[in-house]
Amino acid sequence: MFGLKGDWSLDVKDRYFTLEDYCGAEPRWCTGCGDHGILAAVHRVCRDAQVKPEMTVAVSGIGCSSRLPHYMNTYGFHGLHGRALPVACGIKSRRPDLDVWVATGDGDCFSIGCAHWIHAMRYNMDLTMLVFDNGIYGLTKKQTSPTTPLDVPTNTHPSGALLPPLNPLTVTLGVTNISFVAQIVDWNAPLRHEVIRMAHEHKGTSFVRIIQRCPVYVEAIGKALQDEPARMKLLTHENGVELDDSVKRMFPNNAEHDPSDLAAARALAEDDTALPLGILYHNTDAPRYDQMSSAGLDMSVDEKLSGLNKALDQFAI
Amino acid sequence: MTKAATASDTKYLFKRHETWWVKVAVPRTLRERLGYDLRRSLETHDLEQARQSRWAVVDEFRARIEQAQEERSDSPARHVSKPVDIDAAEFEKQSGTRLIHEHIVEVVSDSGEGAQKCGQILGLVSGKMGNGVWTVEIIPAEIQPPARERQGASGIRVRMGAKYVTNMGDEADMVVAFNEQVLYSRIMNGAYKKGTVVLLESMWSEDPEDRIRKQYAEALADFREQGLIVHELPIQKECLKIVKDPRKGKNMFVLGMLCRIYHRDIDKAKGEIAKTFRRKSEKVISTNHELFDAGYRFAAENLDYEFEIHSAEEDRLESAIVVNGNTAAGLGVMAAGIDLVAMYPITPATSASHYLADDFHLTGGFVHQAEDEIAAIGFAIGASYAGKTACTITSGPGMALKTEMIGLAVMAEVPLVIIDVQRGGPSTGLPTKVEQGDLLSCLYGMPGDSPKVVLAASTISECFHFVILARKLAESFRTPVIMLTDANLATGVQPIERPAVTEEWFAPPVDQSAWDKEVSPYDWDETTGLSDRPIPGMRGGEYILTGLAHNRDSKIAYDTASNQEGMDMRSRKLAALAETMRPPEIHGDPAGDLLLVSWGSTVGAIEEAVDLARAEGRQVSSLHLRFLSPLEPGLKEIFSGFKKVLTIELNYSDDPDAPLINAETRRYSQLALVLRAHTLMDVDCWSVVPGHPLSPRTIGEVIDARIDRIEGAEACSA
Repeated sequence: MFGLKGDWSLDVKDRYFTLEDYCGAEPRWCTGCGDHGILAAVHRVCRDAQVKPEMTVAVSGIGCSSRLPHYMNTYGFHGLHGRALPVACGIKSRRPDLDVWVATGDGDCFSIGCAHWIHAMRYNMDLTMLVFDNGIYGLTKKQTSPTTPLDVPTNTHPSGALLPPLNPLTVTLGVTNISFVAQIVDWNAPLRHEVIRMAHEHKGTSFVRIIQRCPVYVEAIGKALQDEPARMKLLTHENGVELDDSVKRMFPNNAEHDPSDLAAARALAEDDTALPLGILYHNTDAPRYDQMSSAGLDMSVDEKLSGLNKALDQFAI
Repeated sequence: MTKAATASDTKYLFKRHETWWVKVAVPRTLRERLGYDLRRSLETHDLEQARQSRWAVVDEFRARIEQAQEERSDSPARHVSKPVDIDAAEFEKQSGTRLIHEHIVEVVSDSGEGAQKCGQILGLVSGKMGNGVWTVEIIPAEIQPPARERQGASGIRVRMGAKYVTNMGDEADMVVAFNEQVLYSRIMNGAYKKGTVVLLESMWSEDPEDRIRKQYAEALADFREQGLIVHELPIQKECLKIVKDPRKGKNMFVLGMLCRIYHRDIDKAKGEIAKTFRRKSEKVISTNHELFDAGYRFAAENLDYEFEIHSAEEDRLESAIVVNGNTAAGLGVMAAGIDLVAMYPITPATSASHYLADDFHLTGGFVHQAEDEIAAIGFAIGASYAGKTACTITSGPGMALKTEMIGLAVMAEVPLVIIDVQRGGPSTGLPTKVEQGDLLSCLYGMPGDSPKVVLAASTISECFHFVILARKLAESFRTPVIMLTDANLATGVQPIERPAVTEEWFAPPVDQSAWDKEVSPYDWDETTGLSDRPIPGMRGGEYILTGLAHNRDSKIAYDTASNQEGMDMRSRKLAALAETMRPPEIHGDPAGDLLLVSWGSTVGAIEEAVDLARAEGRQVSSLHLRFLSPLEPGLKEIFSGFKKVLTIELNYSDDPDAPLINAETRRYSQLALVLRAHTLMDVDCWSVVPGHPLSPRTIGEVIDARIDRIEGAEACSA
């Protein structure tokens, strides 16, 4: 098999993977759901990176988002509500050779799995973490989520959500040792692909919040943004995402933002007049817990035996 | 003692030739004088009348027993509780030292005064000298509870014997107390007897506060009144000659005293002191050595107590290590070739992880301290899913939080070792104290059917070996395995046979060979429910693990047939495991009046009590279960050899004599409930929740009472 490299030279490979090699079962998400586009981007990023399907693990919790592993032809772990991150971290801790993706949602990550979100960000293990944020509990049928906008009616708050929504970006940007924070909307394919690609490339936990449309329960949330692009602010930079002018034209409100500037990133996240899109923060130097937790993997059986005897010696009479 | 009479209330009563009698059991120490029991006819055929008239007789019998006890404690040299043999007499004549078979020593103090360290070293040195040793820590729940408070008592009990010791024993022979108030908490626990020697810090008699001087004087008189032999010692004063603040250091002075009293090896003791403070400066070590020497000299010059405990050759271990149960479990984790321990701090489990944090790197492992209990088990499940052997260590409240994850591991068949170091529950309960309260929640505490392997370590040695067993079972049967230990094992220190390590104990390396695409990820064998699992990295084995109902291909499947099959297969694995097991061994004869059935850390005390009772002619045996799920085979047949089967447990059950409790309302202890369902036999229970281990004497009394009742019933029916 052959692969064409960026400099037009040929890379001879034992195996070459096509998009199909990453496609699992037929997705069962609703028509018009933003999840389809995210899945397509993940397949493409895997294909472009030529990751081996057997070395890839997609981990999820529970919710619409968390069906993603079933639609991948890789290894997958569709676990418990809110608990994708501990499982993903556990996989990565002693199998740093595996490429680990995390698919989670606003309920899964920001509500029931909130503790794990904060701590996984701090662990900064090499995970690509996609939060499918549609602002509603979909699978359990329209309950208020932490990011449901104020006054949006739901089955648990029929007269509208009572409190202003949680801002996942300010929370994430407030956690010590974060290394990659980005935000995208599901319906802009070039931006979506570019950010997910960079998130996958990044060595550390890449947190990507994806504003994702749920046309069945809260169509208005996505629509409001699509109808009024000025409510979003596209962030580009030579150290962040670089996009064609054709893409930039779709965002009348755009700005240069250096992702190494944490204070600026926080200011952008705080600004509730415009939803920042692109890479808000990127730091390649943050300590990675997977590099610490994988210590000792290369030990031989003889070394272990002598280590064990040494341990016992301390207690010997 | 005014308990509501129930229809079955025949306490202290038995019937002979249609006439009701009263019978009160005699403590074993008085049987030489009074016989097994005191009995008298009430000269009535009417049960109601007998119930009323029994109490006068019971009171009279009790008074006689009490009087006999007092007379006994007045006899000289009662503080040496164990008999000495003929050689010993000769030995004593020559050396002025009493040769004893065993002694129980306690050191009690306020928290932070180092009593435990003192006792641990005494235990270690004794172990290294070839004695049998068992230590139990007395731990308050707070780090720094107020001083001189009964609830805040911190300390340690060390049972040292010529022979192998398996439990904490009965009352202590010798106790060093840093103040009189903490001693009260132990007295309330029944830790002492008439004649127990108390070496009491005397500084409180000169305390500037009137209140404290008064408390001290009153307590001193009270202790003597209760029959304790109290010696007031100026420990603080002596330590002040060496250090400015004897709160730190007094313990080593006391260790010196005890080492002199029990003729412990000075070099070994000093070696242990140096090891204890190895992370501190040379100065700290030399000061502590100085304190030790001072204590040793002080005892030599001022105390008449000198004991020698030889070690019995036949019980000497070939090659021993001295560890507590949590360290043993930590070593077991390493010996099992486990790769990762994910934990969250919880008493009394955490010290196992502390140990691993020190040494796990020696076998290439890693301790992950997770953000919470759920994350801890999730992390371990993740590692295990990825082919690495993982373990999580916790205690009851942590188990409750992990429930959903354990269910996931059962459902998705992820191998996992879960160590539950039980403490008192429910809720936060008794964090530092022992209970066997998690059995039912481990067996059944999940939504839906969640069959898993549950085994319980009964000894410190088993804390080590069962981890290896659990790891193997988890992988062979593709299931979580819960290993139960408890606070008693966790902190009990004992010399055990040094394990002869072998690489066969280690988990095999992660298999990354290609997977036959034709084989399903859950290719269940119809007979056993067993299947091999693909590991990420295996080409061709790609599958999506799910906690949802699934078919053999791990595809979500809500249909009836798939759900039924999955349930069948997961349950079948337990039957397959049970098929490989042998019936448990009976301790004692295979038939008799009474069979005690137990599990976990109570084995030592129970078998010691059974041995004693058998020596006295009682027809009692005991059976100790290691596997709780699946249960070991042949129980029904074993039980049928006995007139009465009684579980002995450290968990709650209703006292059959309590108000409103009758055959319908009575709630049984946990193992009893399981065994009743399993055997359909009338398994009875005796269980208590004292927050401390059972003593052989307590169990001995239960045996006596039960056998008396059996004899009474027989006499009644005769």
